[in-house]
Amino acid sequence: MQLSCPMPKMDYDRITLGHGGGGTLTNRLLEQGVFDILGNEILDTHHDGAVFHMNGMMAFSTDSFVVSPIFFPGGDIGELAVNGTVNDLAMCGAKPQYLSLSFIIEEGFLVEDFWRILCSIKDACQRAGVKIVTGDTKVVENGKGDQIFINTSGVGIIEPKAQIRMDRVKAGDVIIVSNVVASHGIAIMSVREGLQFESDILSDTQPLNHVVTAMIDEFGDHIHLLKDPTRGGIASVLNEIVRDINLGIHLDEKQIPIDSQVKGACEILGLDPLYVANEGIFIAIVDARFAEDIVSQLKKNEACEHATIIGQIVPDHPRQVVMRSGIGGKRVVNMLVGEQLPRIC
Amino acid sequence: MKYVNEYRDEELAQSYIKKIKDTVTRKWNIMEVCGGQTHSLVKNGILDLLPNEVNMIHGPGCPVCVTPIHLIDKAIYLAEEKGVTLCSYGDMLRVPGSSRSLLDAKAQGADVRILYSPLEAVTLAQQNPEKEVVFFAVGFETTAPANAMSVVQAKQMGVKNYSILTSHVLVPPAIEAVMNDEDSVIHGFLAAGHVCTIMGISEYGPLVEKYKIPIVVTGFEPVDLLQGIYMTVKQLESGKYVLENQYSRVVQAKGNLKAIEMINEVFNVQDRVWRGIGPIPESGYEVKAEYEAYNANIRFNVQIEEAEENKSCIAGQVLKGIKKPFECPEFGKKCKPEFPLGAPMVSSEGACAAYYHFNRATENISA
Repeated sequence: MQLSCPMPKMDYDRITLGHGGGGTLTNRLLEQGVFDILGNEILDTHHDGAVFHMNGMMAFSTDSFVVSPIFFPGGDIGELAVNGTVNDLAMCGAKPQYLSLSFIIEEGFLVEDFWRILCSIKDACQRAGVKIVTGDTKVVENGKGDQIFINTSGVGIIEPKAQIRMDRVKAGDVIIVSNVVASHGIAIMSVREGLQFESDILSDTQPLNHVVTAMIDEFGDHIHLLKDPTRGGIASVLNEIVRDINLGIHLDEKQIPIDSQVKGACEILGLDPLYVANEGIFIAIVDARFAEDIVSQLKKNEACEHATIIGQIVPDHPRQVVMRSGIGGKRVVNMLVGEQLPRIC
Repeated sequence: MKYVNEYRDEELAQSYIKKIKDTVTRKWNIMEVCGGQTHSLVKNGILDLLPNEVNMIHGPGCPVCVTPIHLIDKAIYLAEEKGVTLCSYGDMLRVPGSSRSLLDAKAQGADVRILYSPLEAVTLAQQNPEKEVVFFAVGFETTAPANAMSVVQAKQMGVKNYSILTSHVLVPPAIEAVMNDEDSVIHGFLAAGHVCTIMGISEYGPLVEKYKIPIVVTGFEPVDLLQGIYMTVKQLESGKYVLENQYSRVVQAKGNLKAIEMINEVFNVQDRVWRGIGPIPESGYEVKAEYEAYNANIRFNVQIEEAEENKSCIAGQVLKGIKKPFECPEFGKKCKPEFPLGAPMVSSEGACAAYYHFNRATENISA
């Protein structure tokens, strides 16, 4: 990435309060950094806000990113900030188009690291096919932040065939998970100060919009609901779903795909993978008649090669997620209480 | 995961369930001492798979749950008033003291940290010589060697700003306390495999003889637990009471001699108060006099008044196995993991939390 994205020569190597002050330093940082690398016809107008046309039903979403550490195996805070909002829009059945990008930077932050994050944002935008069209940069005193925080918001047009709504979920629907669970949380954990352990585990952060668009194109309104199980893991997302519908969920523990290294790390750390964060998978609740075909189509995509049916919407035990354990027992899977691991995204 | 997956095998697990069903003829109350075993029983749905005759009673083996309130208050006081960096395991930070938890204190500005090992606390002390670093050393015999090691290491490295606040408890005296309780209805015990990995099994033979009860040293995976339960039921049905070791792939009769040596170097046995249960003679460890410079109790000499438990919490009865968590009127109502009335609702090893998380509505499960 560094080769394709060389840092321009700058006469400062750390961000200072002046870079957030709105004066010449801010302008230089924007012109030499942000505008230069992320520029496009809308951003380049340098207006107070972005002005653009949108036709049709829209989705709008926002997310803030405070992950620690900011560089982690498989990604960094910049890539995460783009993918996070892109995926939230994709879960609405929208084609993400325009994003806003705001930084809160701690005084003293290395310009080189800021540049690295900008490059990563650029790459992530290209991969997802979205544009940064407006933004903001603020700097806080040393000790008042933690390196860098990012907020992104985004808009997208709802795909014509998408009919994705909570009220479309019905008994008998099948629950699909698009890939292995718990990779992001464990990747972060593996490099957390005081916890480091050696592994090849990478965060799964990636844009899901292309694969979701293809799925909606092919299967249209047979896709009833989409959710990305970030913080709180798949357990929390499934509980959010049953909380909103008067139905239950039945899960099969044996079917839930998980990488063996991630599983091992969860064992050692005493974490339940159902509650560990993900950043590059989704849960789809679909018409049972098409579930197998949807899984087959998903599996063709590298991002979803372990797509699997993990459960079903059932009329029994409304508002509860019940899982058949690996040995044939049953347990209730509840919402995550408190934090399993803070600042995961 | 080799040596783990085999013990989660459905077919094998079901074969033990069948054996238990084929063997049992009457009701038996079996206590699993360790909270880790309680957690596994509930998480894997084993309680619902067992025949009604086998009644699992969840013992006091959750170290966080039995740590007295006044020690938590003391830890909070040290962090807030003495300005120490207070470190402990995650669960410990969530347990309510008389008014607040360590996490509440952290939110209000105290320097409270979650660590996975006391040795990290020694490093923290070494890197911050201007700060006093205290590790809140809770646990059964399993965590004692590492806590002892941290003290020995601090001494060897000349780290003078490190000390431990000890709340170490021991399993065999807890089994005695349970058996001596006049309300006790226990017929047999699953002893905690990890504790025996450290200490060996020699302490349990005399208990078997004294109380004429079977004790089976048992592991934590579903097949371990089912095999341990089967071994206990088989003994009970044939009128036997002997000490058996289900977890022989890990537990050696003499235990881990190096670990025991480390414990004996730093700790001696003394009386301890168990939250919810009360004082039990010779039931815990305290730092020996020769290491008193590393004993936070002595280093800071803080006197904290004994605090009262929340009156509506029946933790004592739950920890002694007299009541099931759901028999508490506040279970899942006023008492939830987000705002616990008592410690068993906090720790992942606590019986109430285990029931709340995995088994809250067993009677409703029909999927």
